[in-house]
Amino acid sequence: MATEIREAEQNASVSDSDSGQSDFIETNEIPGKSSNTLLVANDSFEDLSYAELNNTIVASPMGTINSLVKKKAKRSLSLPEREHVEDTVSESEVDDSEVETSEICDDSQVDMIEARVTELSLQETTSQTADAQIPHLMTNTDTDYVNSPEWKRQKKHIFILSESGKPIYSRHGNEDKLVTIMGVMQALVSFVADSNKDTLRSIVAGDHKFVFMTRDHLTFVGVTRGKESTQQMFLQLTYMYNQVISILTHSTLTRIFKQHRNYDLRRPLSGAEKFFDNLLNLMDVEPGLLLTSVRCLPLDSNVRDIVSQTIAQHAKVKDLVFALIIAQNQLVAVVRMKKYYLHPMDLHLILNLINASESFKAAESWTPICLPKFDAAGFLQAHVSYLDEECQTCLLLLSVDIEAFYTLSECKAKIQERLIKYNALAAINNSLKRNSYSIQQCSISDLRHFLYKSRSTAQYTSPELEAPYNTKEEKERLFGLYYYLHDRIHTSGRTLKILFHVGAYETLLGWVTTGFELYAVFGPLVTKMSAIHAVNKLLRWIKKEEDRLFILSSVTF
Amino acid sequence: MNDLNMKSLEAKVVVLGSQGVGKTSVVIRYVGGMFSKAVSPTIGASFFTYKLTLEQYRVKLQVWDTAGQERFRSMAPMYYRKANAAMLVYDITSLESFYDIKDWVKELKKNVDTPIVLCLLGNKSDLDSGRKVSKEDAAEYASSINALFYETSALKNTGIEDAFLQVSKQLIHLYETVPNSGMGSLISQQPPDMFAGSQALKLPDRQEPGQQQTSESNCAC
Repeated sequence: MATEIREAEQNASVSDSDSGQSDFIETNEIPGKSSNTLLVANDSFEDLSYAELNNTIVASPMGTINSLVKKKAKRSLSLPEREHVEDTVSESEVDDSEVETSEICDDSQVDMIEARVTELSLQETTSQTADAQIPHLMTNTDTDYVNSPEWKRQKKHIFILSESGKPIYSRHGNEDKLVTIMGVMQALVSFVADSNKDTLRSIVAGDHKFVFMTRDHLTFVGVTRGKESTQQMFLQLTYMYNQVISILTHSTLTRIFKQHRNYDLRRPLSGAEKFFDNLLNLMDVEPGLLLTSVRCLPLDSNVRDIVSQTIAQHAKVKDLVFALIIAQNQLVAVVRMKKYYLHPMDLHLILNLINASESFKAAESWTPICLPKFDAAGFLQAHVSYLDEECQTCLLLLSVDIEAFYTLSECKAKIQERLIKYNALAAINNSLKRNSYSIQQCSISDLRHFLYKSRSTAQYTSPELEAPYNTKEEKERLFGLYYYLHDRIHTSGRTLKILFHVGAYETLLGWVTTGFELYAVFGPLVTKMSAIHAVNKLLRWIKKEEDRLFILSSVTF
Repeated sequence: MNDLNMKSLEAKVVVLGSQGVGKTSVVIRYVGGMFSKAVSPTIGASFFTYKLTLEQYRVKLQVWDTAGQERFRSMAPMYYRKANAAMLVYDITSLESFYDIKDWVKELKKNVDTPIVLCLLGNKSDLDSGRKVSKEDAAEYASSINALFYETSALKNTGIEDAFLQVSKQLIHLYETVPNSGMGSLISQQPPDMFAGSQALKLPDRQEPGQQQTSESNCAC
């Protein structure tokens, strides 16, 4: 840890130049670029300011499901859930105006606030004990638990609590035993809210960052001593919030707390802890969440065409919004209803659902899922099934019709039959066995690893993790480097186009254009010129392979 | 030759009960003939089919194994709405899971207007040492709601086969006695009369009103 910090401070030779741009661009062709939108791609990390984040969820196309459902006049409204869809739309409009009126300040102010909060919090901890409630709650077992080395040793903590300070979730340890510490968190948040009419966002203390996010009566707190920046932590908390919405829907969540401010949200969330755990684990190993983009399974474009055409042909049923095939957290194909797009953040929730539940392997399943970016107010119904014996290739059919199961089940059988007949399932399996690709295939000396995101398609590609990044510690360190590089480039208010960073163990090059984001890791002795040369070579290689690495065409029903 | 006289019947069976009572284990034991210690909690509902031949019928059971977790509770109507039979599963070592059955029965009575076969299953009968629900209490309750009752063990494979067999028999009885039982019209969106035609089924002759009455009161909950 310590050496890394030194590395960042001393050896860093940073250059961010606009003039160097001409050296870089050798071709106007951006690898993986496509005008056929498959996923929603308008989100960049810079958009993830606090204000934007608050707005995006509320301003997302609410009522999409409702409008889709309304088209079907004879839709039975037998489910209690449906009745509330209407009034939530109006609710959300109210929310919207609230968000807009509470003007959110720009970055210079953020820093000031952070500084103020740090001071504040220090005073707070002393004055806090005067609060009648908290010392009363402080039982011996609770403090013992929080002070236990095992709990303290964790690199990252994530907590979810209700507005009234009730524990809902903790990444490590039993949230029951964390009543006291969550009470303190809630006190900090409400103190800033009440006394300053302001919002507590983050506290930096030593090498720990505390990041707070309050949304819909819930408080999300992230504590890390890893490489994540405040904003990156905020993104992680947003994913957690999305996960809550995905399970409950925004309408149910707000309704619950409207009725009972004191409600114990663990009841409706029981059994969902594994989705939170799994999502947080995924964030530590899957760069797609940081890049808000998804990785596609490398596949010959003609095979992929067969797969998507087969789905489009045999799943042409009313009310089916999305049909997708995923395998080992990678996207194989997506077919969508005209006018509707899947957001990468929603897709990550789908991947997480599949990744975290063994139960889908037993039989065809039919389950509600809310995709917050698509429509936070209601559920889509998902038909989930595996297409192969080994349960690796998963087909999801997302519909707004709660009665569609049997129809979709027939679709699934046809799709499966065709994909086997055309050898497409075998091709998918082969690709899975081949483990993506090795960095050696790019044949660029001294390039160790990279992440390349095509911004127009919201997809990214990266090679397998190989030596030296084949141990857990080294993988984590590499991820830390990417966090650092990503943060330096995207720091709000001062975004960079190019960043060249020389560290003790590796040299980093980050390059962001309107078309792509590239984060490359080289050996330590690479010069700026050779890195630029290598990156250009890499772009040409990706361009050559783009048909295989990206989904460039968008198929609709 | 026998085939020509065979009739076919399709029925939807919904499996309900609290979290962790072993609904999935019971279904997997019956449908797949095995037991796994590591069954993970069901998400939403899983769909199984099982075919058996009974009396003059080829019976196809469409089994909906529902999730016991609280958050899926509001989805339950979707699964039991057109069900012809409900397996109500509790855990003999958990009094609470037994009490939960009463809520399920109440809910079914309120929301299901077609006749439905009920079957109460006390699962985990192999854990007799930890028993909290006596067999007598359960049997008494079952008869009070006109339900079949079996104690089962998915681990030891006891009672499950019998339970599904009896349920199937009752389904056949229900089918023969109540013309509008809703069976056989589950798979497609086609109108029921079209479907009955394709099933090549003769609607049974009307029974005397008295008998129909009893079977309805037997099954409607």
